[in-house]
Amino acid sequence: MTGVLRLVALTGEQGISAAGAVSRFLRSICRFSLLVARTISRTWLIFRNPDLTIVQMFNLGVGSLPLVAVIALFLGSETVIQAIYQMAGIVPMRYLGVLVCKSLTTELAPVIISMVVAGRVTTGIAAEIGTMKATEQLDAMQVLRLDPIRYLIVPKMVACCIMVPVLVIAGEFIAFLGSILTVALSVDMTMQTYLSGLRLFFSAVDLYMGIVKTVVFGAVVALTGAYFGMEAKGGAEGVGKATTRAVIAAAVLILVFDFVIAILVL
Amino acid sequence: MPLLQIEHLRKRFGGQIVLDDINLDVNKGEILAIIGQSGSGKTVLFRHIIGLMFPDAGRILLDGEVISSPTTKAADFDKYRKRFGILFQGAALFDSMNVGENLAFPLRELTGLSEAEIVKIVGESLEKVGLKEGFKTRMPAELSGGMRSRVGLARALVMNPEIMLYDEPTSSLDPIMTDKINDLIESLRERMQMTSIVVTHDISSAYKIADRIAMIHEGRILFCGTPADIRKSHNPYIQQFIRGQRKMQYAVRDEETWGLPFNAAGTVSGLSPGEEASAPKLSSDNPAP
Repeated sequence: MTGVLRLVALTGEQGISAAGAVSRFLRSICRFSLLVARTISRTWLIFRNPDLTIVQMFNLGVGSLPLVAVIALFLGSETVIQAIYQMAGIVPMRYLGVLVCKSLTTELAPVIISMVVAGRVTTGIAAEIGTMKATEQLDAMQVLRLDPIRYLIVPKMVACCIMVPVLVIAGEFIAFLGSILTVALSVDMTMQTYLSGLRLFFSAVDLYMGIVKTVVFGAVVALTGAYFGMEAKGGAEGVGKATTRAVIAAAVLILVFDFVIAILVL
Repeated sequence: MPLLQIEHLRKRFGGQIVLDDINLDVNKGEILAIIGQSGSGKTVLFRHIIGLMFPDAGRILLDGEVISSPTTKAADFDKYRKRFGILFQGAALFDSMNVGENLAFPLRELTGLSEAEIVKIVGESLEKVGLKEGFKTRMPAELSGGMRSRVGLARALVMNPEIMLYDEPTSSLDPIMTDKINDLIESLRERMQMTSIVVTHDISSAYKIADRIAMIHEGRILFCGTPADIRKSHNPYIQQFIRGQRKMQYAVRDEETWGLPFNAAGTVSGLSPGEEASAPKLSSDNPAP
């Protein structure tokens, strides 16, 4: 009898704990949605302080270029090697360029480069805003009637929405260079065959779709960092946890939005 | 009429009551120190006064007008914020801006002043806190704790506030710098007739600068009076706090004896002969403060 009661009590405790977790999760989604709405509604204010956005474009965008270049170079090379492995004995090698071009422009470059940028930028934003919260700088802005969303988050979001597509375009270009280098150095194929394959089914729509969705990924990169930074509690430990959660959430949301956009567009 | 009135303020977080029926008046031009142990509720009270939190019950009035109540929204409070200047504990300077930009930021964004006027006001504010114009190009990370406090104070002053609030302004400073900050708080009152509320647990600073001291304990105002009055208080907890003692050494019989002055013999006066026997006595181990 005691055993049964213990089991009932344990089940009840687990149930309450699970309900609490679900409630916290739903509350987080509501708060995140509220932050997104508030940020978007203040976007027009960037024209009053364009310098804030330009500084962020340089810090978040141009600062990420070396990292993106290295990642893109290897991404292009790896795509060629994987494509050859998958195609061997099944698809004629003259279609290698087609597979590489389609993979890079529609999916691999936009998603992987956005995730790499998230790794650098989302964590930076979460750490910056989390530290500002811990040191009462956000409170100071509020009491000085300086809206933290307007002055901190909007410039970062606009900068990311502009610079992530720019980085993806640059990354795609470097990835194609990487693929060409790999074909030239290690694949038994003429360069003309590979390049004609790249052009064969090239569609500008694929390229545009790949780039347009990175505008959404740019917003995800900035807003997840800002949200988790503003929700950070405690000192250095709280900021550390916020940065970890922010980069995980950004990676998941990039994949979720990639899926949603694919469903809507394709 | 007092400039600021706090009436029956209550706040709880979950099941924990943090502020429990706080009543406090702040008069124009006075320096009021709010003292209390860590966790007593003084920071929560401070955040209510500056509109970073709103009460579950009660209200705050400024010049007789309700500025904070359970139905007040942060946006509603914005129109009163310009009347308050705040110095946060670590000064809360914006890390990404130098000293000059920190001071000029609110002026550039909230006023229509020309750049020349802004530069002039920034220079004057720095001068008020005893810093030279050369500090304008320094980054916050390059400043010592005392300098940061002074820059934070200068930033609060650029908007010409009516009431200055200080959150633990001397908590991380050495005794000499503590004295300088205390002198600054006093000089602002003398030069600008500024009303000041200082939240602190530094009792010696409170004695030095405050016209009145309010002591908060477990979310209630335990005492409010002049520094001389608090020294004379017979409340055992107040005596423990102002003497910085780990244990209560007073054995005051009950709440009715609190506030009664000691007489020349070192016993609590105003008690019947029978009560006097059980009342606390001063001794060399337990002198009057």
